[in-house]
Formats: sequence, structure tokens, C-alpha cells
Amino acid sequence: MIMNRRNYDIVIIGAGVIGCSVARALSRYDLSVLCIDRESDVCEGTSKANSAIIHAGFDAKPGSLKALLNVRGNQMMDQIAEELDVPFKRIGAMVLCFCEEDISVLKDLMDKGEKNGVEGIRLLSREEALELEPGLGDEVYAALHVPSSGIVCPFELTLAFAENAYHNGTEFSLNTEVTGIKMLPETEPHTANKPKDADEAAEDIAEARERLRSGTGYKFMIDTDNGSFVSKCVINCAGVYADKIHNMVCEPSFSIVARKGEYMLMDKSAGNTVSHTIFQTPTRMGKGVLVTPTVHGNLLVGPTAYDIDDKENVGTTRDGLGTVRAKSSMSIKDIPFNKVINSFSGLRATGSTGDFIIQEDEKVKGFIDVAGIESPGLSSAPAIGTYVADIVCRILDPAVNPYYDPTRLGIPRVAEMSVEDRRRLVGQRPDYGQIVCRCEEISEGEIQDAIRRPLGATTLDGVKRRVRAGMGRCQGGFCAPKVMDMLAHELGISYAEVKKNG
Amino acid sequence: MDRHVSLAVIGAGPAGLAAAVSAHEAGIENIVIYERDEKLGGILNQCIHNGFGLHTFKEELTGPEYATRFIDKVRELGIRCETESMVVSISPQREITVVSKRYGLRVVSADAIVLAMGCRERPRGALNIPGMRPQGIYTAGAAQKLVNCEGYVPGKEVVILGSGDIGLIMARRMTLEGAHVKVVAELMPYSGGLKRNIVQCLDDYDIPLKLSHTVVDIKGKRKLEGVTIAEVGPDGAPVPGTEEYYECDTLLLSCGLIPENELSLTAGIGINRITNGPFVDDRLETDVPGIFACGNVLHVHDLVDYVSEEAGRAGRHAADYILSGGAKKNPPNIVKVTPGQGIRYTVPVTIDLGNIEEDVHVRFRVGAVYKKVTIKLMCGDKELTSKRRTIVVPSEMEDVILRKSILEEVDGDIRVEMTGGGL
Repeated sequence: MIMNRRNYDIVIIGAGVIGCSVARALSRYDLSVLCIDRESDVCEGTSKANSAIIHAGFDAKPGSLKALLNVRGNQMMDQIAEELDVPFKRIGAMVLCFCEEDISVLKDLMDKGEKNGVEGIRLLSREEALELEPGLGDEVYAALHVPSSGIVCPFELTLAFAENAYHNGTEFSLNTEVTGIKMLPETEPHTANKPKDADEAAEDIAEARERLRSGTGYKFMIDTDNGSFVSKCVINCAGVYADKIHNMVCEPSFSIVARKGEYMLMDKSAGNTVSHTIFQTPTRMGKGVLVTPTVHGNLLVGPTAYDIDDKENVGTTRDGLGTVRAKSSMSIKDIPFNKVINSFSGLRATGSTGDFIIQEDEKVKGFIDVAGIESPGLSSAPAIGTYVADIVCRILDPAVNPYYDPTRLGIPRVAEMSVEDRRRLVGQRPDYGQIVCRCEEISEGEIQDAIRRPLGATTLDGVKRRVRAGMGRCQGGFCAPKVMDMLAHELGISYAEVKKNG
Repeated sequence: MDRHVSLAVIGAGPAGLAAAVSAHEAGIENIVIYERDEKLGGILNQCIHNGFGLHTFKEELTGPEYATRFIDKVRELGIRCETESMVVSISPQREITVVSKRYGLRVVSADAIVLAMGCRERPRGALNIPGMRPQGIYTAGAAQKLVNCEGYVPGKEVVILGSGDIGLIMARRMTLEGAHVKVVAELMPYSGGLKRNIVQCLDDYDIPLKLSHTVVDIKGKRKLEGVTIAEVGPDGAPVPGTEEYYECDTLLLSCGLIPENELSLTAGIGINRITNGPFVDDRLETDVPGIFACGNVLHVHDLVDYVSEEAGRAGRHAADYILSGGAKKNPPNIVKVTPGQGIRYTVPVTIDLGNIEEDVHVRFRVGAVYKKVTIKLMCGDKELTSKRRTIVVPSEMEDVILRKSILEEVDGDIRVEMTGGGL
């Protein structure tokens, strides 16, 4: 990424779904924003490995930020999906209980849901539940039905936020890991770029002094392995490392634990096993093991929930996958585990306060934490974006961006088109007729798009997240060599330099 | 409808090529072979080792040489081949939707179709191997393509999980390319590949084969650093205390092949859950009239010679179907063919005794290693044919021929039975 400036109104640390949603919400304003991430792509952390659910918001404690932002985020999703061309389906959810005593748990959830503003929740008997979901396990006693719950593609949502923000002027610096954050001395104005002449310098100094007086001057120096940046505000969206980033410049006030969740993903031929997202009554550690179709038609089961020390450890375990298998089988009979095409795990950024931590630091003004974003983080992402933008507006009082465009068009999903639309498109651009990934039916044209777009893919996984090449039942066995070839060709690198991820 | 053809062959690997040639020889001229790759020959193009064609041509050829024999024949007969053309759906009425860069999207109707799409490798995800997901894990076939077609050797220190034939071939190939293949681990107590490949690819290079072993952990965030291998007990679970760590930068997987029948499903063809291939009758016709299947899309073969032979029959039967307009000469008299104890499946699953025109091959695999067995094809108490085998193994397909003369005497369902060997 070519950097032509080093000072910004705002530096966002972390380009996951939260960082990118914040970036997009801020791109509505006339602000210079830089979003940085240590990885080579957006969506490389928790955002790429989660349940891909837009929760309704019945689970969070009433009055909490989680409750507020989840319900609001859920309500925003239809518009977001429309504006950003992101696949989203409001399929509804069921929460199962397995004995009479647990009916009270369902009723509590229903109460909480109503207090949180979730509409349409109903308590179903076993028989009523079976009518909606015939595959339920024999032990299922009763269920809650929550119609507003939905499923989304978390990769595409993150990418769409990022691409739209980029389109509206946000800059991104990937492969950029923060090594330290310093407060700049309040008395000295700072610009990282050397002014061209004395007049300009004097002007800059005067302007900076004025900003400092009004509390909006350049205050932070963000040191990275890719140079230093200067900004007025820092927004900490660093996921499992949000505590580390916070403590670089603020007094410790919270900690983040990585809580691992393991999943199994099944072939599309298993996608119709259920038609709702099926939860179990939640526990202290999370929402329990769910069974859900994905927005692309696969079946997803998981996650487990246990805390780990190593925040880089996204490995699956035999025990974890066994737990997923056992617990999901209670909810749904006959899950076709022989159709598993992949297993993975993600790390929840579990904060020590129990709620999302989204606020300007009390002492270090201009430093905004967006931390502890565990579930329902993905669901809340759109609302977190605007919530953080409101905080920024109170600090910097920006003008609106006159060129702001809320829409983004995704890469054409050729295989999903009607025969006639597809015929027309392939006629216009024949590369869309050359199938590279046979399982997901992804064409050369789509993969070219994935690589050539702004913030384009530079790795095999990057291509996979953008257009699903390699996401299918052969997991790239056939198309990986071809995609490697295309990456090498498009990026001007050798085969050996083509990476899977990172 | 953009076009009409007599016979559409889907796939130009060994099965598709042989089917097209035999259909042409049986009198069908308007044939098109659709191939998604840019070249004809299918997976044989990356199989540059020798050992192909001992049955068919009585000589040892490399994969590309074997394919060339059929490609030359296809060219000589003037059979139309459309490469870089992917069939994305087939209707039960035999309308094919095909997309390509050159011709765009077209819908083609066919009087008959031969399915010859081959198979794919079982990926890491389907094996539920715990651990991280770094770069450096490849199916053996993907690695074979990288090494043999792209000239790129993916690593230097190699562990192989699974002793399928491609894994064994790649153990030798990687060694010849200067890599160090440390071990081949096989979950089952017997090898998944042919005996000759164990000898020629492992024993000759002192590569250890550990039976009843599997990978229980994978280390490395971005790049593979190593794997842990452990012994598995009779229940398939790892035995604690037997873990051994192997430093490596490459893990190759050769853990089974799965027929690629997603296209068959679009036509509503019934799929056998054991073979993952279509149910077919003695004419290799699926349960959708006019659609035939052969080669690895029907059931996974271990020798290409058997693929070519089977595909030749499928092509002939498809030609008969086209020439007769789908009409049978005699009223059908359909009997079932079922597998007995120790036998996993049979191809075909039915025989039409009313319309037998040639000998019928009954092909199957056994579920475990059995020694000194007798395989019998029975109709009630009547033995139709039998053969003795000193050893039968799951990695080798069995083939029993039911003579036309014998079938003319049969009047009921046929059962494949195996006796001896501790059964």
C-alpha cells in the first residue's frame, strides 16, 4: 500500500469486521482515516472464523451495550445487505431446551428479548417446534422461535465495509503491526511530513496550536513495523489484542481473554438439514453449540467455548470436535458428519467486564476502545460502526463527506445467476465462462476481480474469502494450483511466493 | 436450445475418451466430448510415472502416453472435443448447460449422455485432523500437479498421511525431486494402495510405512512446522503415549477418492452411498434413461485399463440406446445383484436378463483383507460362477465375468458371496 501521507485525523487499529465497520461509518464524514492491520488482508482474525449469525438480541443483559447494539445491528442488516451487496438471510432461530425445568430458562430469554426490543418471539411446544424443524432431536422438550435472527457471510460483510470505506476515501495499510503508541507532547505541534517552506510551516504550526487548544490536535504517534503515523484519535479495534494496544498508551483497565470456538462445516448437500439457526439454552460460557445453514447453503455446527493462553492458537482439537459432534447431535438427529468438508476454530475476544467496551479513555482523550467484542459482535458490527462514529463526532465535530456513497457492488456471483443473465455476462466478458473452481463453480473472471479490486486478494485464502474458490467440497484440491498460478501472474510474484494466508 | 448432439460425453479423461471412441465405432457420429481442463487426457496428464496399459496395450506406458493413444484415436475419428468447457447442469431430459470462455453459455440437448467426470481426493477438512491450518498441506494429487505440471516442488521435509496409490507415487516422486519423505502413515491396518506401489515407491527408497497410524496434531500458524503421528487402536482412536512428532514443511494426504457426482445429482440420478457413484444396470445405464456412467465417476478404480474397458462398454451401450431410440428388443426381466458378507458393493446393481447381449462384468471391493477365499456368484442355491483367490484386499477391485451363456439360464436375483478367509 502506497502511503502518501503519514498524519491522519483518525487511525483505526484492526481491519476485522469492527474496524472496517467503524471505517465505513466514519467515511460518511470529512475526516482523514487510516485503517491498519498486521495481516496482509482484512478479515484475518476473529471475523473469519465465527458462527456467521446475525443474532436477534434476546440473549444479552437488558441495558447492556451488547443488547443495545445487537438489536440495533440486526435492524440495520437489511439496509446494509442491500447497500453493500452482501448475502444476508433472515431465516429465524430456535432455542431448544431439553427438560421441563429449562422452560424457565426459555421464558427468561423471552423476557430479556422483549426488554431488549426483539420482536415476534414465541414459545413453542415440542410438537410446534417439530413442525418448523422436523429433524429436532428426541430429547428436545420445547423451543423459542425468534424470527428476526439471520445468517450472513462474515467475510463478505467485512470486505464490503472495507471496500465501501476505501471507495469513500479511507486509506488502508495492511502488513502493518503496531509496535507502540506514544502521546505527543501537548505543547509542540506535530506533522509527520516536513513542510515545504517557512510560510507553510508557520501556518501548520498555527493550525496545530489551534487544534491543540480546542483539544483536537495531533496527539498520537503510532509506531508500526511499517513506519509511524500521527493522528488525533486512535480507535482500538484490535480484537484479542485490544488490551495490549490499550495498555501501550492508557492505564490498564480491562483484559481480553481468547475464548476458542471449534466448528465443523459440511457440504452444500447437507445444507438443508435445518432451515433455522438452532441454538441450545445458553450457558455462562456462551450460546452453546448451534446448528445452522450458512448463507451459501452449507451446514455449520459448533462452537465449543474454552479459554486459551496463546492468542495465536487457532488449531482444532480432537476433543473439541468430538464435543461439537456430541452436543449438536442433541439438537438435531442425523447430522451428516460424513459430509464434513472442513473444520476450523476462531477466538472470541472476551473482555473482563462482561460487556462490550466502547468508549473514549477517561484519561487519554481521543483514544477510543472498541474492545471485548465477542458474540454478538458480528451482529452488532453495523451498529458499533455508527456508535463509534458518534463518539468521534463529539470529539472532532467533522463536516460531512460530500462525496459519500453508501453503496458497493460485489463481485458477480456467476453461478447464482439465471441462465439468461449468465449467458449475457459471459458474452460480455468471456472470463466469467471459464470455470476454475469446479465445486463452487467459480470462474476465472471472478478470481481476477478478487485479485484486481482495491484491497484485492494477495493470498489463496484471500481469494477464497472473496469469491469462494477453494471453499467447496474438494477444498481447493483441484483449483489451488490454478489460483496460485493466477495470483503469481497478477501480482508479478513467483509460485513459491504465493501464500495460503497471512 | 442452442444445439443438438447424439451423444454428449462429459469428461475427456480415460473414461470419456474410451466411451466416445467405442460409441463412434458402434455407429454414432454426432458426438461431443466436453472437458473442463484445457487439455484432453484428464488426470493421466499429471501421472508421468509408468505402469499404465499393461492390460490394454501389453506394455508399460506413462500416463500421458496412455492418454495419447486414446486422444490420437479420437482425433483420427474426428470426434469433436470442446475443452475449457464446463458442464454445470444436466436435466433429466438430457439437456446440458455448458459454459466456456470461447462459446459462452449454451444449452445442448443430447439423445444420450455418458458421465465420465472422474473423482476427487478427500481433503484435509473431511478427515477431521485436528490442529492448525497452515500452508504446506496438500492432497497428493494437488502436489502431483504442482510438481509434474507446474515444475514447483512444494517442500523438502515430507510426511504423507494415507497410503492410497497417489500418495505412494508421490512419496517416490518427492524423493526423486530431492525431498526427504520421512514416513507414510496409514490409519487402517492395511495399505490403501496396490502392492506393487508399496514395493516400488516405498520399499525401494527405504520410506517407512506405519500402518494403524494417523496424524493427531498439526503445528504451524502460517507455514507447516510439523505433525504428530500416533498409533490408533482397533476403535480408530489414537493410543495415548504413542505420539511421535515429525518436523516437516509438507504434509501430503492420500486418504481416499470420491466420485464427482454433483452433476449427476442435478439430473436426479440415484447415487449409491457406498461407492458415491450412480446405481447402474448391466448396460452401465443410470436410473435416468439415456444417461450412462463409467470410470471413476461410477466407482473408484485402481487400474486405468479397467476404466478404459468399462468406458468402452458404456459407449457401446449408449450407442445402442441412441440407435434403438431407447427401445428394448425384448420385455425387460430385471434381477438384482447384491453383495454378500465381506463385500461392500457391486457394480452393476441390476441385470436385465431379458436383454442380455454380451458377457456381464460384476465388479466389487471387499471390506477388509481376507486370505484364501472363494468368490461365488449365486442365484438361489445355484452357483453361476466362482473363483479362488489367495488374498483379497480393499485396495484392489475384483472383477468377475458372468458369461452370456450362463445368464441365459438365470431366473432370479444374483448374490456375490465370499467364503473362507475366516468369514
